[in-house]
Amino acid sequence: MNEIKTLPSGQPRLELTEMRRITKRFPGVLANDNVDFDVKSCEVHALLGENGAGKSTLMKILYGMYHQDEGEIFINGEQVKITSPTDAIKLGIGMIHQHFMLVDTLTVAENVALGLRSSRPPLTDLDLVSKRIIELADTYGLKMDPDAYVWQLSVGQQQRVEIIKALYRGAALLVLDEPTAVLTPQEVDELFVIMRQMVNDGYALIFISHKLHEVVDISNRVTVLRNGKKIGTRPTSEVTKTILANWMVGHEIDFITSTEAVQRGEVRYKLECVSCDSDRGTQGLCDVDLEVYSGEILGLAGVSGNGQRELAEVMAGLRKPTSGKIYLEGENVTGYDPEKLTKRMLSYIPEERMRDGMIGDFSVTENMILREHKQPKFSNNGLLKLKDIADHTDRLIDQFQVKTPSQKTLAKSLSGGNIQKVVLARELSRQPRVIIAAQPTRGLDIGAAEYVREQLLEQRKAGTAVLLISEDLDEIFALSDRIAVIYEGKIMEILNRDQATREKVGLLMAGVKSEEGEEVVL
Amino acid sequence: MISDLFTPTVLLGILASGIRLATPYLFASIGEAYSQRSGVLNLGVEGQMLLGAFFAFYIAKLTDNLWLGVLAGMGVGALMGLAMAFVTINLHAKQGISGIGFYLFGLGMSNLLFQLLVGTVETVSGFPRIEIPLLSSIPWVGNIFFNQNILVYIAFLLVPVSSYVLNKTTLGLKIRAVGQNPEAADSLGVSVAGVRYFTVIFGGTMSGLAGASLSVALLNVFQQGMTAGQGFIAVALVYFGAWRPWGVLAGALLFSLVNGLQLWIQVLGIPIAPEFAVMMPYILTILVLTLSVSKVRAPAALTKPFEREG
Repeated sequence: MNEIKTLPSGQPRLELTEMRRITKRFPGVLANDNVDFDVKSCEVHALLGENGAGKSTLMKILYGMYHQDEGEIFINGEQVKITSPTDAIKLGIGMIHQHFMLVDTLTVAENVALGLRSSRPPLTDLDLVSKRIIELADTYGLKMDPDAYVWQLSVGQQQRVEIIKALYRGAALLVLDEPTAVLTPQEVDELFVIMRQMVNDGYALIFISHKLHEVVDISNRVTVLRNGKKIGTRPTSEVTKTILANWMVGHEIDFITSTEAVQRGEVRYKLECVSCDSDRGTQGLCDVDLEVYSGEILGLAGVSGNGQRELAEVMAGLRKPTSGKIYLEGENVTGYDPEKLTKRMLSYIPEERMRDGMIGDFSVTENMILREHKQPKFSNNGLLKLKDIADHTDRLIDQFQVKTPSQKTLAKSLSGGNIQKVVLARELSRQPRVIIAAQPTRGLDIGAAEYVREQLLEQRKAGTAVLLISEDLDEIFALSDRIAVIYEGKIMEILNRDQATREKVGLLMAGVKSEEGEEVVL
Repeated sequence: MISDLFTPTVLLGILASGIRLATPYLFASIGEAYSQRSGVLNLGVEGQMLLGAFFAFYIAKLTDNLWLGVLAGMGVGALMGLAMAFVTINLHAKQGISGIGFYLFGLGMSNLLFQLLVGTVETVSGFPRIEIPLLSSIPWVGNIFFNQNILVYIAFLLVPVSSYVLNKTTLGLKIRAVGQNPEAADSLGVSVAGVRYFTVIFGGTMSGLAGASLSVALLNVFQQGMTAGQGFIAVALVYFGAWRPWGVLAGALLFSLVNGLQLWIQVLGIPIAPEFAVMMPYILTILVLTLSVSKVRAPAALTKPFEREG
């Protein structure tokens, strides 16, 4: 007799969920090409691949948000039809989206209750829901206040609300779409503890990621997708990071690091006690002191939304500081607008490249001269020197390996990596004195990201002062000479690369000073 | 003289007319608050009120039944709400622009129908005052609060009821979620379009009722353009009231009291230019909206169409 095993919630386990020969086409793109994928109860199956490899598409098909063009889904050997998230939820499939699906003006309990049948319609039964939330949270040792509003919670806490929300709906299989992207290293550890306990309890987990070390750390099996095709599935114990990386990109890659010693020069850019407001009118930066030297990359680490954007904008002249002073090569440039800073050879690689980095409906050529169109080399008494501009663009397309059908192609029709190359070409080719690079590799695939990093290292070698703002700690550690950590608009500490450890930086990112940090038992 | 205003009789009179005049604001604003909480800005309230006012008046006149008139006003408001919902939810029209379209449609259509079907100034009997026993005999205030027509009572009752529905029922939860984060609501199986259809049609119905309250309960007459901007003020009151029924009540009372004041200024012949007196509620609208920097944020998805990807 086959005994049906249940989860702690009383829900039956999903012993085996299979996706067979799944194909999904979008206009002009084959997102999934004949992909087989399965996950069992009591395991973490990692789904690994670069951006655009088709990981999210495959999982959105499993969750009923997309519909496959070909292929079937089986649960415990029986074929099932999943046409909407509601179907998926009924079958016991839950999904934690990369962008949380929470209503931040509602409480935790309201978010969980949303869309569920109440026990006493038409009224809500939030007290019952709250009780059950606390029970579920206790099972996994989580603290959760059902009456707290979601906007009051940290990102890590919000993620737990998402997990509880899925479990509350009877999920036995949980898809976690890049769950670690928004977490501090400590929060990642906590998430992994929860995931391991869930696996012990009989849940089936699918872990989407492009971070190799996390995949190796948490998963039992791993499947790699590349360009919509499945490259292979292996028990994690039988593979190494190098093998996985080769599978992901299809060729050998070296992890680039700044090994070359460069003599650090003078202070190029200096912030003295700078404060500014955020968009919401709250304090964005608080008394920031920062010096960026010639020939160094200063890495700025921090959890998203702790003032990185405000700092980049203040330094690029896009946001006015409320107090403090800013010096560029010794000159007081406080309150200068971007045009004045451009003349002083400051370059800026903005975080939102499509919004702030370029004009999508302009051609590649036009985007190449956005910053310097007023300079004599590109215009004469207000008339553009079209021939010179075209030559200049040709040179840059060549030098920065921009893949574009022509100069006249609209920038928005290029791929993400090529869009970033256009921005890099414009900002780096002018021999800047200072570069502010905000999340320069975010959303790029490994190849393009490597290219961007190489370019930043080139700039360092040429003696430029580079501020690198990144939420990717691997990147910060690989490139930086010094690492500054920002938390709630304050610079917590600036560490030399050789003093910095992941633990130290992680604690600082969570707002814990290192003196106190030493007492924390990890 | 100005001092004439400060006699007890006049002050109580202002209060009484203020309470009465708040009725159309309450109906229209609460309907609009529901619509906006779900993410749809309906600027066509004024047009819905005008057509509601006309149909209520015309049907009441025709059938000699005020309640049928009220139902007709609500019905035509609901139909306009349905059209607004289709245009904004299915066709993704810009909400501000389509709302102005519906306003102009209601204005022109009510004028046209009035000229075709009525033509001259006529009156209906209007809902009688209902004195609530005991309560209405409370000195001073009893007569103000508890000697009004039935629609006034309904309008004021609507405030706690609509607040309760919004905050305590599953429907209210869905409305709040859909207006703030439709993607999240959709991912949990809530029909975003369904909820928005409901609120926009409900809003239209309430606007129609607001118009009916003018033509068969307060003024008992239909005139072309008789709403005189009240529909737009109702939209402004939703912002003033921070999208909450009780806030809307406060705003509606403020405006109707100023309206009552300007009526009494004219009645008493106080030497303020009548044009200026009539302007007072509108100036107040502008002042209040500029000065009240609300800490409460608008529903995040307000005016944004929703479409599922993939």
